[in-house]
Amino acid sequence: MKKQYQKAWFFVLPVLLLVAFNALIPMMTVVNYSVQETFGNNLFFWEGMGWFEKLMRSDRFHAALGRQFMFTGIILAIEIPLGIIIALSMPRSGFWVPICLVTMALPMLIPWNVVGAMWNIFTLPDIGLLGYLMNTTLGINYDMTQDPFAAWATIITMDVWHWTSLVVLLSYAGLVSIPDAYYQAAKIDGASSWAVFRYIQLPKMKQVLTIAILLRFMDSFNIYTEIFVLTGGGPGNSTTLLSIDLVKIALGQFDLGPAAAMSLIYFAITLLVSWLFYTLMTKDDTQ
Amino acid sequence: MLSWMAWTWPTAFVFIGIFSAMAILTVLEIKYPGGAERKGILGLTTTRGDRLFISLLGTVYIFLAWLGLMGMPLWAPLGLAILWGVFCFWKV
Repeated sequence: MKKQYQKAWFFVLPVLLLVAFNALIPMMTVVNYSVQETFGNNLFFWEGMGWFEKLMRSDRFHAALGRQFMFTGIILAIEIPLGIIIALSMPRSGFWVPICLVTMALPMLIPWNVVGAMWNIFTLPDIGLLGYLMNTTLGINYDMTQDPFAAWATIITMDVWHWTSLVVLLSYAGLVSIPDAYYQAAKIDGASSWAVFRYIQLPKMKQVLTIAILLRFMDSFNIYTEIFVLTGGGPGNSTTLLSIDLVKIALGQFDLGPAAAMSLIYFAITLLVSWLFYTLMTKDDTQ
Repeated sequence: MLSWMAWTWPTAFVFIGIFSAMAILTVLEIKYPGGAERKGILGLTTTRGDRLFISLLGTVYIFLAWLGLMGMPLWAPLGLAILWGVFCFWKV
């Protein structure tokens, strides 16, 4: 082993300590909670794998998990293509570049709970600008507080509004890094704009798109605040995603054992999907 | 001091197991650097660490699937998980 790089470990130490205290130790505590039952007062009773067994057979858990996958699937299917299209149509140089970039970055600067509150007021059927317009002027029956379909349409639109910019900015960064020579070569060969996209732009964007999809998957799979503020999981349970159900169990019912077991299953799913996705996307590069 | 973490011996053994596995891998890495990289039968290029990760992650799913489909007791999935771990370090 080379001796001259050993000092680098010293600089990594603070990060290691930070991760230990904000991730590793809480994570271990969650594991400990997941096999026990507690009624407060730091009194714990051994429960074994019971919570996991109950959860794996609970219809409520299956339904929340299904809704979570549906939400993530829909927003990925919209945000990734839309983000690429917007990035492709943005100017690469000139006066409009900074204006486009700042406009794109704006939604991402707004905190999650503010986004939820904004969209809540915006879409309320009696006072919201959109809600009132849809119901009164356009005559479309739209009420996200009563109708599950309207609630779903609203949370998806909100997420697309909030996070498509991330895909746009990452794709755009990939696009501007393509040297002009590639486009000139394509022009000489008489390549169609589809061929330019398929064989030059898309391969060059692959790395950043991998990161974009991973980030959007993890963020949308763990989404909580925006939906909690906007619909609170309702109407009924129609927008109760996994994270919202988890908080209901942990803080609403104070069932810390089942909530810990649920968090671990949640974590295992995120870990598996992220690992699978990353491995499949980077498989060709390591050969 | 650690009472708030609600430790139990079984969960402590799980973590001792994982951390010892990582320690063994570290020792192996120092003695034989390079991570024993190879291309396994799943078409993935894996190092020793990757194989440990795949074994552990697979084990989680084996146990969860068994709990969901069959329930207690858990001796059968334990056997399956050990077989899966052997398979990972041998072929993947």
